[in-house]
Amino acid sequence: MPRFLDCIIGPRVDQADLQHHSLRYGTPGFLLLVARVMLLVSLFIPYWQMDLVAPQYPENLHLTAYVNQLSGDVEEIDGLNHYIGMRSLNEAAQIERSVGVYVMIIFVVMLELASWIHSRWAVLLVLPAILFPGVFLLDLHLWMSHFGQNLDPSAPLSNAVAPFVPPVLGTGTVGQFKTVAWPGAGLWLAAAASLVMIVTLFFHRRAYLPLLKAQRAEKA
Amino acid sequence: MHQKTRRKGLGKLLALTVIGATSVGASAQSMNDVQKVAKDRGLSTADLLAAAKTYTPSGVKDDYIMFASGGHAGQVFAVGLPSMRILRSIAVFTPESWQGWGFGVGNEVIAEGFPKGKANLWGDTHHPALSETGGDYDGQFLFINDKINARVAVIDLHDWETKQIVKNPLTVSDHGGTFVTPDTDYVIEGGQYAVPWGYEYAPISEYKEKYKGSVTLWKFDRKRGRIDKDKSFAIELPPYWQDLSDAGKLASDGYIFMNSLNTEMATGGIEDKNPPFEAGASMNATDFLHIIDWHKAEKLYQAGKVEMIEGFPVISLKTALAEGILHVTPEPRSPHGVDVAPKGDFIVVSGKLDPHVTIYSMAKIKQAIANKTYSGKDEFGVPILDFDSVLEAQVEVGLGPLHTQFGPDGYAYTSLFLDSAVARWTLGGSYGPLSPEPDWTLVQKTPVQYNVGHIAVAEGDTVSPDGHYLVSLNKWSVDRFFPTGPLLPQNLQLLDISSNGTEMPVIYDMPMGVGEPHYAQIIKADKLDPWTTYPGVGWDPHVQNLEPMAPKKGMERVVRKDDGTVEIYMTAIRSHFNPEHITVKQGDHVIWRITNTERAVDATHGFAVPVYNITASLEPGETVKIEFDADTAGTFPFYCSEFCSALHLEMMGYLMVEPAD
Repeated sequence: MPRFLDCIIGPRVDQADLQHHSLRYGTPGFLLLVARVMLLVSLFIPYWQMDLVAPQYPENLHLTAYVNQLSGDVEEIDGLNHYIGMRSLNEAAQIERSVGVYVMIIFVVMLELASWIHSRWAVLLVLPAILFPGVFLLDLHLWMSHFGQNLDPSAPLSNAVAPFVPPVLGTGTVGQFKTVAWPGAGLWLAAAASLVMIVTLFFHRRAYLPLLKAQRAEKA
Repeated sequence: MHQKTRRKGLGKLLALTVIGATSVGASAQSMNDVQKVAKDRGLSTADLLAAAKTYTPSGVKDDYIMFASGGHAGQVFAVGLPSMRILRSIAVFTPESWQGWGFGVGNEVIAEGFPKGKANLWGDTHHPALSETGGDYDGQFLFINDKINARVAVIDLHDWETKQIVKNPLTVSDHGGTFVTPDTDYVIEGGQYAVPWGYEYAPISEYKEKYKGSVTLWKFDRKRGRIDKDKSFAIELPPYWQDLSDAGKLASDGYIFMNSLNTEMATGGIEDKNPPFEAGASMNATDFLHIIDWHKAEKLYQAGKVEMIEGFPVISLKTALAEGILHVTPEPRSPHGVDVAPKGDFIVVSGKLDPHVTIYSMAKIKQAIANKTYSGKDEFGVPILDFDSVLEAQVEVGLGPLHTQFGPDGYAYTSLFLDSAVARWTLGGSYGPLSPEPDWTLVQKTPVQYNVGHIAVAEGDTVSPDGHYLVSLNKWSVDRFFPTGPLLPQNLQLLDISSNGTEMPVIYDMPMGVGEPHYAQIIKADKLDPWTTYPGVGWDPHVQNLEPMAPKKGMERVVRKDDGTVEIYMTAIRSHFNPEHITVKQGDHVIWRITNTERAVDATHGFAVPVYNITASLEPGETVKIEFDADTAGTFPFYCSEFCSALHLEMMGYLMVEPAD
């Protein structure tokens, strides 16, 4: 085995040690499994929700974002947005939505790999998945500000509404609408998975750092 | 344990806060304020109670929906109970511009009913009938007759729109309809004034020979939501001016009961010093209740024992008598309602010139038919069942009894035209124990204002009446409302019939200044399941399906054909039509299709074109096809006629018709 690969996957645990400290060595792998399941489940659950509240919509208009799709009153909201010259919601984050599920599968594979790697390189494989919920919100925010600030100047009410950025979380106002946005259960689940992964890194370090140190000492 | 106590404490705190909040609200508005308003406006406790029973706050929906005919307005009106608010009109025989009915949409439906191909653009709607399953309203369809031209319309209660109008090929006018058989197999239409069939001419001197009565059984195809003319038939009856009818149910299933007015066969002629119709037709003390076995009639029709008259199968009077499907029995003269009790066992007839309601027993009728207990035959040979052997009871209720409905509690209600009152009386037989009073007795007469015609009790003509509310459809309002010129509104009064005995107060007066409802039916609101938008974009309400040719978003276009036809594919959405410029040449035939692509509830658009007499109502998802010849050159701004949005006024376009050279 090439030296650099050896370096990446880190020291192996011998059978006797593994049996002796099954909890110590088993925990990181188990936690990563939990995180993988959480991420996969989150694909089927809304990541983000927004209500648009106005008098003539007694049941509110509603938007729901999943990793790969937008649902809710998209058509009606688009219809209203055309007055202020906002582009159709489905034009936003098209790439993100089309690759979202594959990215998530790649994350799951990376986490699977990470459970076999006993060096600090494991952090690199886990980190993208940890950052995912934050990146999701940041991306959403960027799209919303891009859409809200680039209104078609030839739209019917283009000069009646100043460019705006509805808050990605919390409440805002656009025309007669109050916007209320909150994270969906999917995002909470992904965030919880991030937490699990951070905890995993702690247990990972506790399990494999001593082995690494021992290996180095041996070499020295 | 500790946590539990804490939670309880929190609960208490919440409860206290809630009580605090309500008491704060109550201190702002107390019963003292109510009393003050009552004093200022001169309202009695009974008035306040009536208000409390009927007032329906914003956003609260009614418990019942009443479908009332519109009389010579030719429409149907839907009214919520107990609020007595008109919810909407449903255009039927008369063009109605708010719904666009007859101004571009529905034209073909209206034209289906033109008598002799002549454009009759109004109707005289009398008796609505909700479709039934097992004798109970099922909330799917509504039927309505037109007295003036003997037509029957089918309204689909998904979208509350008229789908079909059939013209009776035999008779000119009808009144004994519409009534449905217990599973809506047939919609019954009894004729009214005897005529030579098929718009033939015959001098009145040949009345007995040439003039005929009829009852028509229109087969209803529930799946298609249409009357199937090819499976319908009629039965010839003597020229007695058949009147209101009812279909038997349960104990009387398979029978039709039908009143008649002019068994004297008076022919009028006041100008020649003959007795006028009003006298001539009221000479006999009794008229005839027709008892028709429609199960047998259906078999005769299916066996081909019919004559084709005006291309329509008719069981002749001769065949009807030979096969024993028609009997009559005396009934008090000038009858109006013939109403079958919930179990189908009693038939109640009220004659306006007899202070009694007359109750016939179905069991006795069946026995009399089986035993041929006849008191004679009429001059056409129709066997007359002996009155005494089919009579169950007579109850003196007051002057001018007109129409009867039933409650769930052993009570029947009869309108008294001359007394201007509604009578509550008890049924006997198996209904007797349901009410505290003795059988077959008058319990209460509540005055109504004034001249009540029909009455309607919630589901009061079904196998399971609901009671609770009764609406008195009064012909005259006289002094009840601010005088609206010499033409005064009708007065529809709501009575609370939920208590026993003499407690039966009027709790609301509703002026109906848009038509003259004759009869109404009241259905529990939760039995109706109307669409709030059409199920898909591009929906054609006439066929209740998606129209493949419907204009679609992004596919808008104007297509000019070589034959001088211009096809326009237009969409409408807040706040624009697409396309907005339509240029045609004078003389072009224009086929204008428009789809409302909205999906939001209530996002209706109108489409109105000046000079060309076009207006359409496009409900969300609806597509329409409007055809006209661009015979007038000019520049015509068309626009959305339903205020749809803040930029509604801008929702318009130009139709430019270039003059021909």
